[in-house]
Amino acid sequence: MSNVGIVIVSHSADVARGTADMVRQMVGADVPLAHCGGAPGGGLGTDVAAILAAIDAAWSEAGVAILVDLGGAETNSEMAIEMQPEARRDRIVICNAPVVEGAVIGATEASAGSPLAAVRAAAEEALR
Amino acid sequence: MEFDEALRRRLIGSVAQRVIDHAEELTALDQAIGDGDHGINMKRGFAAVLESLDSIAAEPLPKALHAVGMTLVMKVGGASGPLYGTLFMQLGKTLPEAPTRSVAAEAFATAIAAVKARGKSDVGAKTLLDVLVPVQAALRDGAADPAQVADDAAAATVPMQASRGRASFLGARSVGHVDPGARSAALMLRAACEVLGG
Repeated sequence: MSNVGIVIVSHSADVARGTADMVRQMVGADVPLAHCGGAPGGGLGTDVAAILAAIDAAWSEAGVAILVDLGGAETNSEMAIEMQPEARRDRIVICNAPVVEGAVIGATEASAGSPLAAVRAAAEEALR
Repeated sequence: MEFDEALRRRLIGSVAQRVIDHAEELTALDQAIGDGDHGINMKRGFAAVLESLDSIAAEPLPKALHAVGMTLVMKVGGASGPLYGTLFMQLGKTLPEAPTRSVAAEAFATAIAAVKARGKSDVGAKTLLDVLVPVQAALRDGAADPAQVADDAAAATVPMQASRGRASFLGARSVGHVDPGARSAALMLRAACEVLGG
């Protein structure tokens, strides 16, 4: 699939899964989508290994936009990006957007075949 | 000082155990001004370090510290994982196998710069940096008791207002509490100083 992929990272597995459900229902299956939530071994938190796996699952040559909820989700996502092969790193962005609205709006933009920068911009518009 | 396997084991093991022993205190501090998971997260990370202590301590100091950092990154589950993980990984990249105190101070400065970049923060924001930076200066200047400098620096975060991390959501209400990250940094530094003799 050549559309930009969307990765949802929440402290809560339930929030991550629910957000992904909303994207699938509202946007459909034309966008590579992966989600993760919860600390390593369970409980609230975020897991770098799970973020790495989600990036792999949603990977697209057009890039991946990550939506995060709170601080640690962002820091751990930044860490996961740095652990990617160099050729991938500049094609992964973290959107400064609310996780649910950003994921739905970003995925909508991605489903139209828009490039990564446009997907990010659309997601970040959700703030305004 | 020769950082042989026995010393590496004591150093890393003591730091890990100290954090685990104080997990409830760290959680209580974090419940006051954060999201209450610092103790749980740090305990999970350092428990994973202890589980791998045999293989970690078998490596030369730089590789051992890098492995500690990577374990924290993968296991902590909160922002403190990448922050402390970056500190240890960068120390591993910079330190020689048997550093003197002045060489260690230089490596510590490099590692602190990496933590600042990772956290997009600096001193005065009520974070672990408010302990790491004065302790680095103490090491550089040959201060007699860097562990005391660490404890004093952690206590000095009480009147600060947080501008990074979850505590920053509280604004002025973050004033009046020790920062949990500053406290965990001081605990680790004291444990390390006890093993290394100041």
